[in-house]
Amino acid sequence: MAELTYRDAVAYGIAQEMRRDPNLVMLGEDIAGAGGVFKTTVGLLDEFGPARIRDTPISEQAILGAAMGAAMTGIPVIAEIMFSDFIAVCFDLLANEMAKSAYMTGGQLSVPVVVRTANGGGSRFGAQHSQSVENWCMMIPGLKVVAPSTPADVVGLMAASIRDPDPVVFFEHKSLFASKGEIPEGEIVDELGTARVVREGTDCTIAALALMVPRALEAADRLADEGISAEVIDVRSLVPLDTKTVLASVEKTSRLYTVEENPRLCGWGAEVASIVADEAFWDLDGPIVRITTPHIPLPAAEALEDMAIPSVDRIYETVSKTIG
Amino acid sequence: MLQILTPSGDLVAEAPLDLDMTTRLYRALVFARAYDRKSTALQKQGRLATYAPFEGQEAAQVGSAAALNPDDWLVGTYRDAAAMWMQGYPLDLLFAGRTGDERGGSPPEPINVMPPSITVGGHMVHAVGLAWAERLQGSDRVAITYFGDGATSEGDFHEAMNFAGVFDVGCVFFCQNNGWAISMPRESQTASETIAQKAIAYGMPGIQVDGNDLFAVFSATRDAVLRARLGEGPTLIEAMTYRLGPHTTADDPSRYRTEDESAEWRRKDPLERVRIYLSERDRWSEEWQAEIEAQASAEVEEAVAAAEALDPPGVAGVFDAMFADLPPILAEQRRMAEEAE
Ligand SMILES: Cc1ncc(C[n+]2csc(CCOP(=O)(O)OP(=O)(O)O)c2C)c(N)n1
Repeated sequence: MAELTYRDAVAYGIAQEMRRDPNLVMLGEDIAGAGGVFKTTVGLLDEFGPARIRDTPISEQAILGAAMGAAMTGIPVIAEIMFSDFIAVCFDLLANEMAKSAYMTGGQLSVPVVVRTANGGGSRFGAQHSQSVENWCMMIPGLKVVAPSTPADVVGLMAASIRDPDPVVFFEHKSLFASKGEIPEGEIVDELGTARVVREGTDCTIAALALMVPRALEAADRLADEGISAEVIDVRSLVPLDTKTVLASVEKTSRLYTVEENPRLCGWGAEVASIVADEAFWDLDGPIVRITTPHIPLPAAEALEDMAIPSVDRIYETVSKTIG
Repeated sequence: MLQILTPSGDLVAEAPLDLDMTTRLYRALVFARAYDRKSTALQKQGRLATYAPFEGQEAAQVGSAAALNPDDWLVGTYRDAAAMWMQGYPLDLLFAGRTGDERGGSPPEPINVMPPSITVGGHMVHAVGLAWAERLQGSDRVAITYFGDGATSEGDFHEAMNFAGVFDVGCVFFCQNNGWAISMPRESQTASETIAQKAIAYGMPGIQVDGNDLFAVFSATRDAVLRARLGEGPTLIEAMTYRLGPHTTADDPSRYRTEDESAEWRRKDPLERVRIYLSERDRWSEEWQAEIEAQASAEVEEAVAAAEALDPPGVAGVFDAMFADLPPILAEQRRMAEEAE
């Protein structure tokens, strides 16, 4: 077992797959010599060379377009979009091209592209560089969507995403880069579409994603002090969505909270809430409560950004007040 | 490449500005440098958010903005504070914006300067729309948009240039080619020999100028602005300059470029050549330099103090600024957020 930061786990996971598959290539802005603006790709150029670790002009559309074209010849491609906010710049390639290719060719042209991107707030980068846009991608038929919360999941889900024949958007959370965790020895390959119960409990279920997972866990510790036993689920993958794990947990606890960093309207938790309301209505002892960022552009000011994104305090207080 | 004032302060063509105006703009250069260095210092103390320094690019910004009318539109990037300030953007609001206070993004009337775009490229297209609308309304106001060499790789650049050509609007595209886009050198950005030559493809004139030469920058921008104002269409200007500092305060340029390269550009400093020029015409002295530096520093300090004296922005303001009328579904969220405050 080695301890790695979430940041280093990104390069570790990519390297594992690059060693395995000599066809795998990666392209993006400032990823080669500079090692990525978040230093998530440090060392890859040295090991795999400039043909496989390819710096590009500042052309997000061409990054995704070239990745898609290359992938249609059968080679897997990792494309980095520096900040997830810039997915908007190349949304056509993602939403209309990559996502539709397999369908429109009767399954002939699948697109094994992993779009890696730095997502989320907490860095005071303001409205155009801090968004959580996992829900933008979740709503597009044809895209898979993954958002790991731990270094080990970064490695394992990265491998699963790269090996997947379909386009996967892989969200790395900016505020988790410095966090650390154990990485098991040997090859690590996880499975898309699997949520994980990261803390068992009996009184309520808290479903969280990415940065919200450690916050939910901390809130659960505090709730435990009050005698409230919260089960925390790391959703990990929005498409495919592991509804089984969530439903099984709700069956046990009868209460569901979602903790979402995306703005409130059409956040991923709304989908989870709708599924649970449909399929587990009679298990519920109270309304499903969504704890989200308000529906606002994320402010750059420190105090406001902290207030906007669900905090440990807010999760704790909301659950404590509403669980009744 | 158009050059009028060489790095050693020699005129190689007629000066486009008289001595009084040159003196004023030299002050502006000194001021811009003071602002820039102060911003980096404040960032290091944790008083500003990540900052993108423009040291080395002062002449490109000051010289171009000096060619505008006070009510012309200016649409720039995170690195264009000197141009924004030249066009009347209040200094305290520039600082407020950089502390993350969104009120820094709303300058008082009648300043037609957009808050900087942080997404590379998108803003160039707005400039075309601004220029188009001015023409529709029978005004001769022009729009200038600033962007870097890296931004010319975005689809937005090409669409904006193409639109401007087809709509034949009064828009000046001002590229500060500072050699780098974060870690990417200009050669990796485009296989074109110059950025100026891209103008040909869009049916407009393109000119490459020494971006560290106040006179060349002013002269080329003045001509482009005049064309735009007379309804003769858009122009692309490529100002050859250099970012002496890091991409932002979070960047370490030693990861991707050599000290030698920046030292080489230090020798082409945009301030020094104007200083020599003025000094040779008895318009410069060490005492005066000290005096204007002290003034600049005092003004900058004052603006910082004013920005820091603003009440902290409240969460309600975020909701209230979002729409002209807040939809009811958000009013409830506003109430909850205020309660949590
Ligand atoms: C659409 C988009 N892609 C990438 C970035 C990240 N980014 C910020 S500045 C920058 C470099 C821009 O270089 P250039 O246009 O030459 O301007 P400079 O920073 O050198 O002034 C990059 C890649 C961004 N902000 N927006």
